[in-house]
Amino acid sequence: MDEAVIKAINLTKVYSMGEVEVHALRGLSLEILRGEVVAIMGPSGSGKSTLMNIIGCLDRPSSGDYILDGEQVSNLKDDQLAAIRNQKVGFVFQSFNLLARATALSNVELPMRYSGKRKNRKQTAKEALESVGLGDRIYHRPNELSGGQQQRVAIARALVNNPAIILADEPTGNLDTKSGEELMSLLLSLNKDRGTTLIIVTHDPEIASLTQRVIYIRDGVVEENH
Amino acid sequence: MILQSIFEAIESLAANKMRSGLTIIGIVIGVAAVIAIISVGRGAENTITGSIQGIGTNLLFILRSGSDDVRNPEPLTLGDAEAIADQFQAPSVAGVAPLLTGSARVTSGGESTSTSVNGVTPAYQEVRNINLKEGIFINQEHILGRASVTVIGTEVADKLFGRKEGLEGETIRVEGQPYRIIGILEERGGSSFNNEDNQILVPLTTAQTRLLRRQTRDRVDMILAQAVTADVVVEANQEIAQILRTRHRTEIGADDFRILTQQDFLATAQTITGVLTIFLGGIAAISLLVGGIGIMNIMLVSVTERTREIGLRKALGARKVDILTQFLTESSLLSFLGGLIGIGLGATLSFIIERIAEASNAEIHPAIGMDTILLATLFSTAVGLFFGLYPANRAANLEPVEALRYE
Repeated sequence: MDEAVIKAINLTKVYSMGEVEVHALRGLSLEILRGEVVAIMGPSGSGKSTLMNIIGCLDRPSSGDYILDGEQVSNLKDDQLAAIRNQKVGFVFQSFNLLARATALSNVELPMRYSGKRKNRKQTAKEALESVGLGDRIYHRPNELSGGQQQRVAIARALVNNPAIILADEPTGNLDTKSGEELMSLLLSLNKDRGTTLIIVTHDPEIASLTQRVIYIRDGVVEENH
Repeated sequence: MILQSIFEAIESLAANKMRSGLTIIGIVIGVAAVIAIISVGRGAENTITGSIQGIGTNLLFILRSGSDDVRNPEPLTLGDAEAIADQFQAPSVAGVAPLLTGSARVTSGGESTSTSVNGVTPAYQEVRNINLKEGIFINQEHILGRASVTVIGTEVADKLFGRKEGLEGETIRVEGQPYRIIGILEERGGSSFNNEDNQILVPLTTAQTRLLRRQTRDRVDMILAQAVTADVVVEANQEIAQILRTRHRTEIGADDFRILTQQDFLATAQTITGVLTIFLGGIAAISLLVGGIGIMNIMLVSVTERTREIGLRKALGARKVDILTQFLTESSLLSFLGGLIGIGLGATLSFIIERIAEASNAEIHPAIGMDTILLATLFSTAVGLFFGLYPANRAANLEPVEALRYE
């Protein structure tokens, strides 16, 4: 189990804002093992979001290597990155990001649409919704669901393609304490049952305390790792 | 996959019904205008074609040709007409009518008018399918006796006498010479390219000697020939050409005559109406263009509004082509719907035009063909596709990170 699912070596990221160059990452290296639950913390401006975007294959590093699930992804083209995201990364966003017009079921089906999977799409989506405890809400639209339920739909959507990692960005940020706790225990149980690697970006020390390891980012490098 | 795209597009268009409706109005108007113009144009073409066909589908006009390439061109003569009338030389020809044409001042009492004068033989009635309102047509006796008799058109009658019937036996003066009216032509209406109500007919021999004198006695201006049936017009044409070539001793390709069939007139008329229709249709197509720009505008707004959605779809693994397809489907579906409604509106418009034309005594039956409908549908969809390209491309090229962060 100590195989690294994420291996980042000497990542840098430079944004040029007009004349000024902003160094968001300055040679960051880290490893995350398969099945681990990791929290990434750090003040705003630390490069935390940039790191998260690179880990989620939404963005490419300016230099350095990033190996996700055994694949070198730092130099892939846009459409190749899209395929990697589709297959290997499950996203959970702070603001849920569900399609308002679509039912919970169609929302969960969406990643399968882009992976070209045809068979049993509905069945798979339904099972994913059942695994997050929403088996009785599959035809509800987001505005008919509570915040906690909406986020659970998002988790089902993240799970549905069996990704190597689930990347959650402040998953409880828009939830009240109680549904936040429920959501965290759902995420942790998914990790336990399925062995999915879980990476949570958060400000909240309480959330971080539920994880096995916390990585602190400051000024574009890993400051603390325990 | 395609079905799913279409379904999703319908869903997202339905989410903004008002906006979608307003957007397609441009396309609706454009398509309706194109459909109405093309169908009315075709209707007009049919009317004109019909009136040309009214001349007689099996008629051939033989004229002298003044081409410079021909040495010593010979005029058409009565002898030519007789040769063409020969059953054995020209079995496909049923009737032949030599003709002298000109114009003259016609007077009666104090009234006077200028009209065309045709010197004709009795065969003319059959060949041109002429009906008389009253009286008789010019007969063989009139020809032999070079009689001063005339058959007049209703317009001439109306101008000289103020009435269109009861004129048998009256006398008119043509170029000062007195002619007795023996018959009045039935009205043919002014819709034909040649107003046949404004003419008078006199015996050919009378015209030769007194009204329309030519250099030689037997010369004629035109010979009308009637093919046995409409199917053998081509054969008749060849037989006549062969006879005239032999008689005029001309080589092939250096004819000193010209044979026009109704087909030639039809072709000309169809070219003219076709050009008109295309011209007007082109103008109407401009409004389609404007409609297309409207679609582009709304699609751009829609892309901006849905930036986050696009970001999310990309995060979930949508490739560029997926986003492109999504927005292109929406824009072409919009214009496709606009096209459908436009076809309906266009059909209604041309129906109204038909009624208006009817009310003002013009006969136009708009013809909406399947090809027009298909073309309009395809074209409007293509407009949506084309004007959707830019917004869709913009959506497809959004950076996922920025799109997700967009508020």
